[in-house]
Amino acid sequence: MNGKVGTAIRLVDCAKTFPNGTRALDKTSLEMRGGETIVFLGPSGCGKTTLLRVIAGLESPDEGGRVYFDDEDVTSQPIEHRNVGMVFQSYALFPNMNVGDNIAYGLKVHGVAPDKRAKRVDEMLRMMQISELRERRITELSGGQRQRVALARAIAVQPRVLLLDEPLTALDALLRERLRIEIDVLLHSLGITAAYVTHDQGEAMAIGDRIAVMNKGAIVQTGSPREIYYKPASSFVADFIGTMNRVTGTLRDGALELPGGRIDWADQQGSGEMQVLFRPNDARIVDDARAPLRGVVEQQFFLGDRTRLHVTGVADRTVVVETTEHREFRVGQSIGLRIEPGALLRLRD
Amino acid sequence: MRGRENRFLLLMVAPAIVVGAAFFLLPLARLAVVGATGKLGFAAYTAVVTNPQYFQALASTIVLSVTVTVATLVIAGIAGVFLERNHFLGREALISMLTLPLAFPGVVVGFMVIMLAGRTGLIGEITSTFGAGRLVFAYSIAGLFTGYIYFSIPRVILTIMAAAEKLDPALEEAAKSLGANPWRVIVDVILPALKPALIASGAICFATSMGAFGTAFTLATDIKVLPIVIYTEFTLLANIALAAALSMVLGVITWATLALSRVAAGATAAAAG
Repeated sequence: MNGKVGTAIRLVDCAKTFPNGTRALDKTSLEMRGGETIVFLGPSGCGKTTLLRVIAGLESPDEGGRVYFDDEDVTSQPIEHRNVGMVFQSYALFPNMNVGDNIAYGLKVHGVAPDKRAKRVDEMLRMMQISELRERRITELSGGQRQRVALARAIAVQPRVLLLDEPLTALDALLRERLRIEIDVLLHSLGITAAYVTHDQGEAMAIGDRIAVMNKGAIVQTGSPREIYYKPASSFVADFIGTMNRVTGTLRDGALELPGGRIDWADQQGSGEMQVLFRPNDARIVDDARAPLRGVVEQQFFLGDRTRLHVTGVADRTVVVETTEHREFRVGQSIGLRIEPGALLRLRD
Repeated sequence: MRGRENRFLLLMVAPAIVVGAAFFLLPLARLAVVGATGKLGFAAYTAVVTNPQYFQALASTIVLSVTVTVATLVIAGIAGVFLERNHFLGREALISMLTLPLAFPGVVVGFMVIMLAGRTGLIGEITSTFGAGRLVFAYSIAGLFTGYIYFSIPRVILTIMAAAEKLDPALEEAAKSLGANPWRVIVDVILPALKPALIASGAICFATSMGAFGTAFTLATDIKVLPIVIYTEFTLLANIALAAALSMVLGVITWATLALSRVAAGATAAAAG
């Protein structure tokens, strides 16, 4: 917006072992480009929050780990000197101050003059569309309003990096969806570097320029949402990002043979039995007679925007198929399927 | 129907009314009347201000109680937050030791102060060994102060620990991320959150100090606190009316403090949500 490029963040060999011996984070190196939004995604206990806290300066990395903001080594800087903005799942608004005072707090601490402070607070309130809440007490706000105030408070001081720890988890689904769009627009219009922690893959895909999928204290894959979704590097990533079908087939004469038929798959090396994965929406329902694969509908779930079918007979186990077609299926109905070879994935693990 | 409900309610409250009347309201009313029926009449109540001896006792009791309350809030406030946040070997044992004085009568506390700072006390032994003369402060206001602090700490520390437990650590982290140094975090986040607990436990601490008798009695200090004066007037001088009047004054001041603190704590608790 103002042409300012956000701060680049670089982590080098950052591990974290807690005093009780728990290793929360393995040696991790990571680069965040200025202005980029990166999402740390993973199940609880995967180390994503620890990683965020290392960037914030709330945890110091184990011996040998370094944190850089642009070219400045901030490893030994405490959080209060790093100029980071933080947004918490619990909002963490000061209950003894009203909305305006909460937003002004960082400016006050930084010694900004009262009139400039008030102007900046006005600006933030307008940006978050909560101008009417200025004099309200925190206890009088809804969850969504609280998180807007928390965002305004974090952004008001123009932090070098914005760190969001599960900011939408405490909100209901509809509000989550709306705020998620607002946050996405906000982060990109500000051009601020942001790290966003979540366990929700939908949220990660919607907000992240890049996603770092984490498991057991380590980043297992980094990439754009599309890369993560279509080219998962491991079965953990494949399973964590949405539903994935996993079937066993035999590769023979340039085709994959399954119990329900065969898929031409000419450019594959090797032969014999192997595990293959595909997404539910990559299996298309086609005319029964000409279909390369056949199966029987075991169950159907109407989800509004799409229909999910559980189909037996196609592979060694039930496969999940999703279609946006409006027609209704019957349990026990025979259907034909086509899966493009490009949608098939072979994983090493 | 309504009448029956009311009768049932009355029946349920009756024991409380009987006990309250027998052991609290009636003696208090009697005390108030007795206070005004001595040879001074109603002047017994004003004697506490007009008589320099009584006034001094009242003033020093209040000063002592306020000082003890403030000092206890500082000591137990810091210790309480520390104990809540740090888990180390022997923590449980330390907490139970800190709350032990609740079990001691004031006499025992006074006795302990004498053992510590009396004429043959530990501190005196040490200072005289180092050639600094024998330091004795058990029988001065410092001795009273030490004893009162000792039995006041448990009354505050447990309340503070309970309040500190409820503090959301994210609040402090948010303040720090916005640039607040540790001192500002204490002033802007921790103290406001602990305020209701500090007011409530501080009021209890003040009331206990105002009425403490055993410790002062054992130490037989040169400074007379109000409960000792009441005891002297009543038992030794048989000046029952004046003892009653002084008791009423002591009670009213303490009650007013407790009532005010409840109002203040209620207001801050509401503000903090």
